[in-house]
Amino acid sequence: MTRSPNKDVLFGLYDDETKILGAVNQARAAHLDIYDVFTPFPVHGMEDAMGFTESRIHQAGFVYGLIGTLTAFLGMTWVFTSDWPIIFGGKPYWSVPAFIPVTFELTVLFASIGMVVTFYTICGMGPGILNPTLHDRITDDKFCLAFDVTDVSEDEKSKFKAFLQASGAEEIDQKHI
Amino acid sequence: MSGHISPIREPLITGAKTYHQITEDICGPTERTPSFAWMIAFILAVTGLAFYVFCVTWTIWVGIGSWNLNRTINWGWDITNFVWWVGIGHAGTLISAILLLFRQKWRTGVNRAAEAMTIFAVICAGQFPLIHMGRLWLGFFIFPYPNTRGPLWVNFNSPLLWDVFAISTYFTVSLLFWYTGLVPDFATVRDRASGFRRKMYNFLAFGWTGSAKHWQRWESLSLILAGLSTPLVLSVHTIVSFDFATSVIPGWHTTIFPPYFVAGAIFSGFAMVQTLMIITRKVLNLQDYITLEHIDSMNKVILATGNIVGVAYLTELFTSWYSGYIYEQFAFYNRLMGPYYWSYIGMMACNVISPQIFWSKKLRKNISITFAMSIFINIGMWFERFVIISTTLARDYLPSSWSYYSATWVEVGLFIGTLGLFSTCFLAFTRLAPVVAIAEIKSILKNAGDQYVGMKNAQKHHAHESVGTDGIADAH
Repeated sequence: MTRSPNKDVLFGLYDDETKILGAVNQARAAHLDIYDVFTPFPVHGMEDAMGFTESRIHQAGFVYGLIGTLTAFLGMTWVFTSDWPIIFGGKPYWSVPAFIPVTFELTVLFASIGMVVTFYTICGMGPGILNPTLHDRITDDKFCLAFDVTDVSEDEKSKFKAFLQASGAEEIDQKHI
Repeated sequence: MSGHISPIREPLITGAKTYHQITEDICGPTERTPSFAWMIAFILAVTGLAFYVFCVTWTIWVGIGSWNLNRTINWGWDITNFVWWVGIGHAGTLISAILLLFRQKWRTGVNRAAEAMTIFAVICAGQFPLIHMGRLWLGFFIFPYPNTRGPLWVNFNSPLLWDVFAISTYFTVSLLFWYTGLVPDFATVRDRASGFRRKMYNFLAFGWTGSAKHWQRWESLSLILAGLSTPLVLSVHTIVSFDFATSVIPGWHTTIFPPYFVAGAIFSGFAMVQTLMIITRKVLNLQDYITLEHIDSMNKVILATGNIVGVAYLTELFTSWYSGYIYEQFAFYNRLMGPYYWSYIGMMACNVISPQIFWSKKLRKNISITFAMSIFINIGMWFERFVIISTTLARDYLPSSWSYYSATWVEVGLFIGTLGLFSTCFLAFTRLAPVVAIAEIKSILKNAGDQYVGMKNAQKHHAHESVGTDGIADAH
């Protein structure tokens, strides 16, 4: 399944992460609206340059973990105090210390699965999903700065192009994705 | 971009690589026709796997009586193999999670393969409790699920059940962690491929684009998964040790077991990583990414954990003597002097005495010695589990039920078979996925590449170190 954003994108390829970081900083200083930046590896300082807020995925993880904790602990409590109480080795029905290992494991399990599923969902990724890419070298050694030029005047477009040239892009192209 | 580089750090990527060269080097093995050596190895591995299937079928067909277990010794090779494989499965997550939190850059060279090893080792480990049940097809009884028998629940107070949760959680989380790391690298392979391979990696890459926001979330996710995996990896072998420690068998009922098992697991896991990486780096030509510096670092971990294990062995002996409890004292006397004294000697020699050679930096950086040591440790750690399990059971409270146990060909076959299962998975992995984490290697290139580290070190070391690390690597 191809997920197309149906946009015309003008992009420039840079050959070093310092160059693209500089370009992103300049573009934001010049109030140019960046569509996205694509890099082969996580570039340090890019979040700040792009002005991203901190990812809240860990907050989601905490909630998932809490659900796991409660599922395990309350589940075992229900089974051993009301559904089918059995005495094991003379221990009380509600033997809290013995519940800790399973509670811990389910906390980790729920938090991990929940976060991973959340990650792929919010990134629009998953098995069988195809997101169009701008250039095959982006996952290799090229750093890509992209501008959205759908319904943009030729004047505006040439401004983007001039910016890409001036900031050191070694290849500039336009693609419909 | 290159941050502060300590002048005493040695480069972790040699050969003055560019980003594109890294892609070429690491994607290469998935794109070339397999080498003759790989095919021979794969045929051997699949033969081992076929033998495994045969032995499992035999066990089910003939019954568990095809093993030599008896009423006194009811855990033998099967549980020994289980603990051995789970232990091996600890290094991957340790490398990828704990070393990520400690910001150890050398982990990037080996984490991918070590995590793959973890997953395959846990698959092998999981086989044994299932086969041991006798009625394999009822294996799902170990999970609590609403059923028509009451519902009758599992015993949540039992360490064996905790084990089910620990191992299945560990397997799931390791798999998710590993795959999330693989997605950007699958995208790299995808963008170089065409035809059927393009389709296959299109599927595997989950539609990765390399968007800045995705990278930010990806890094955040990796960090949290590492944070969760760190207590998880420590909990897994702790809970495996509870299988023994919560029983009331002299020799098992000890509070030292959890830390001792965890240290032993890391010890054996790193030994297996060494065994695999020394072969892999040679066969796939990855000496520039898995350098002597990596091998040295792992040998240091082996030395440290080996000594922890050694101290634990001696502590056990001292405590049993000091306890004044004759059954406990006898259990340890029996380990040293009993019918299985040879396995105790094997354990001590392989795990405690031989790793001491790694105090020497020269030997830590010697490939052949490291390889031989890694095999020794794998054997020694197998003996350790055998000592704990079978030796202890063979001499219980009643001399009338004392017994001796040696494995049948079926039990030996199951062990050799899981080696086949493991190798089949690992060999397939080296063909299908990038063996080194491409994106992570690229992100440390400017901190750890030899051309960058070299710039800072050149003036300092040039005079007396004309033979670089590569020279030593080639010598062996």
